[in-house]
Amino acid sequence: MRIELAPRTQVSPWGRALAPVAALIVSFAIAGLVIWLMGRSPIAAFQVYIVDPLMDPWSLREIAMKATPLVIIAIGLSYCFRANLWNIGAEGQFIVGAIFGSGLALAVHGSGAGIWVLPAMLILAMIGGALYGAIPAFLRLRFGVNEILTSLFLVYVAQLLLDYLVRGPWRDPMGFNFPQSVVFDAAATLPAIAGMGRVHIGVIFALIAVAVTMIVLGRTLFGYRLRVSGDAPRAARFAGFSQARTIVTVFCISGGLAGLAGMIEVSGVLRQLQPSISPGYGFTAIIVAFLGRLNPIGILIAGLIMALILIGGENAQIILRLPLDLALAFQGLVLLCVLSADALVTNRLRIVRVRA
Amino acid sequence: MLDVGDLSDRAVRTALPPLVALRSLSKRYGDLLANDAIDLEITPGEIRALLGENGAGKSTLVKILYGVIEPSAGDIYWEGHRIRIDSPVDARNLGIGMVFQHFSLFDELTVAENVAVALRHMSFEAVRRGLKAVSEGYGLGLDPDHLVRTLSAGERQRIEIVRCLLQNPKLIVLDEPTSVLTPQESERLFQTLEQLADEGKAILYISHKLEEVRRLCRTATILRGGRVVATLDPREKSAGEIAALMVGAEVGDVRREAREVASARVLEVQSLSMPALSSHERALVEVDVGVAAGEIVGIAGVAGNGQGELFAAISGERLSDSPGSVVIAGVPVGLRGIDERRKLGAAFVPEERLGHAAVPGHGLGDNTVLSHHAMGGLVRTGFIAFDRARDLAKRVIGDFDVRTPGPDAQASKLSGGNLQKFVVGREILRNPKVLVVDQPTWGVDAGAAQVIRKALIDLADGGAGVLIVSQDLDELFAIADRIAVIHEGRIGRIRPTAEWTREAIGLEMMGVAADDAH
Repeated sequence: MRIELAPRTQVSPWGRALAPVAALIVSFAIAGLVIWLMGRSPIAAFQVYIVDPLMDPWSLREIAMKATPLVIIAIGLSYCFRANLWNIGAEGQFIVGAIFGSGLALAVHGSGAGIWVLPAMLILAMIGGALYGAIPAFLRLRFGVNEILTSLFLVYVAQLLLDYLVRGPWRDPMGFNFPQSVVFDAAATLPAIAGMGRVHIGVIFALIAVAVTMIVLGRTLFGYRLRVSGDAPRAARFAGFSQARTIVTVFCISGGLAGLAGMIEVSGVLRQLQPSISPGYGFTAIIVAFLGRLNPIGILIAGLIMALILIGGENAQIILRLPLDLALAFQGLVLLCVLSADALVTNRLRIVRVRA
Repeated sequence: MLDVGDLSDRAVRTALPPLVALRSLSKRYGDLLANDAIDLEITPGEIRALLGENGAGKSTLVKILYGVIEPSAGDIYWEGHRIRIDSPVDARNLGIGMVFQHFSLFDELTVAENVAVALRHMSFEAVRRGLKAVSEGYGLGLDPDHLVRTLSAGERQRIEIVRCLLQNPKLIVLDEPTSVLTPQESERLFQTLEQLADEGKAILYISHKLEEVRRLCRTATILRGGRVVATLDPREKSAGEIAALMVGAEVGDVRREAREVASARVLEVQSLSMPALSSHERALVEVDVGVAAGEIVGIAGVAGNGQGELFAAISGERLSDSPGSVVIAGVPVGLRGIDERRKLGAAFVPEERLGHAAVPGHGLGDNTVLSHHAMGGLVRTGFIAFDRARDLAKRVIGDFDVRTPGPDAQASKLSGGNLQKFVVGREILRNPKVLVVDQPTWGVDAGAAQVIRKALIDLADGGAGVLIVSQDLDELFAIADRIAVIHEGRIGRIRPTAEWTREAIGLEMMGVAADDAH
């Protein structure tokens, strides 16, 4: 006996739309089962994970802040994924972007430099992320190396580079030997939005990225080019769309946006460089991109949902003393369920009995 | 397989019982009746043709017989018993063998290994022995130890036939088996099939090539719109009469009058050479072809002899290394991309409709942008005017009789013939000076083929040069002014159509060119 996936002749549009919802419900159910097996109440966990954060204004603001890097990175990734290119290294591009921008912040530290610093940092971060993202694109075009592997490996290079910088040349001399940079000047810090507590204007950047991407993907020749390249590479060649240009462009866009997210996180939340500046935003954003079906509005919603799960995970750790690993496992579970739901919407399962 | 036959069913049997009988077999997809109450009987020793346009319901019927899809209504009788065929395994156990249109063979394995992969219940030695015996018994000339990659299309197909025969089928179904064969290879296939029929095997032969059906079959069942419209002896009817039954209207034969050709060349390919990019490709060697304004030039050849590579080189999907190797409207374009060549007035239709000429999941409107975006009109400052793209698609649909709900229909939902009309029409509406078409009517029904050939002739009559790459010799003889043969990446001499015989072309297609230097 074996199990086969047979393509469906008719794919229901409702099925397509509801698949992510079904995936979320199934992953909640599985996570609930695991929590129950760990001897805790799944109901209480659901309360702590999902309900409580939504009831509390402080948590809501934290969700907005956590969603910001996730949405910006996932929006960038959606350019790659739509063109069927697999940038798994947004985490590294996030870090390198933050390093580029922070270099300027540290260079002008204490010099009283004016308001030009912050925009310059953000632009530098985008350039840094884009250049770092261009490496896998270049390696693929020049040597035919698989971009999934190179973009992933470059994450570790970026992490070690950051680690070296904050322990070495960029360490705060007055920092009691802690591996961290000086705290940025006010001019190098992303301002908070009035009346929103810690919430900084990075949130607005995320919304702009969503809006611009909606227009670019939906209405422009460039967006069309990505869809064609992803759906039918030979048709893209027939249309005269250079594959090399597409690959380089989308890797630069997604790297640039990841870099921007890195700078926003460092200048808006951490305000200094530390050995680790991301709890895996670059990887979580992959889940966000798929949960949002590579659609900008979908990504915005998915980013908020994943941020809720992250905040809920922190709550659960404190209140229920559930391990943080559970929150990570839950994220992976969500991705698996989303991908399975997609597969089941476009295919049907059938069990084939094989006779000897 | 479930045997639910009872005594009353057996009463259906006649004196000479059919091997398989379909009774009022229907298959419904939503509103569409793909098969509408089909009755069909095939007796042992018979070669039965199943004729019909694309979308007539042939593939649906075959898939039901092979257990791939379930009929919505009706019964199947096998040797007088009512049965159900739930899977291809059921079909094979009954004794139904399929030879598919597209080969599914591993290039790097030997003939015997390829067959053994499919017949996992037999030991490798048994397969090898069986293969040898069958190959000798039917004169198939297959060496079990040859690597598949070294074999011709005809030999590859014989592997599929042997694979099918080793399962000792009572009914053999062949789906468009000659689409990649030379006339000589086809003739050889027919002899094998006749021998099999003489031994009492039933054969269901699916095709839309009328001539070969007339050559091979004594009974033909004609499907149109999911129904059986006629069962007849194809030898007693003219090709025109049969085609009329298939398309439901009298089909006029499209033929081009011999004509004087202007000397101005709109397309010139000069000593074009290109290395093969992979082991699956052909290198092009010193190719020379010229197309004058107002003329149709045909390139004949067996599939896989460099047609796709030639198309890529002329269209600019692949650049050559010298500017002068391709000249369009007097401009050397060897180093320029496909869009620049389009801007000079060239248009291209690749062989694959889905995935190359059109994006399967995109609407027809979106699909017009593929080849029109560089020309202006559809794209302004980077933004696509989707309403104009839809209007353009509507014009193509109207002008070329594309049967589809409208410009928003996905390309993949169109039948092969309708999508091909759309793809060809999309290029013709640009009023090109030169049109290059790879396999313009491959796998397309007779009605659509007529529309497309007519459009190509009209285009040439309007002063454009047309280059047709085709495996269909009837097509080239009917509409080309001059014909050349491509074989192993080389193109032979171009001669006026009237100077060619089918024999001569068939021989040259197999590389046995008569040396005409003497």
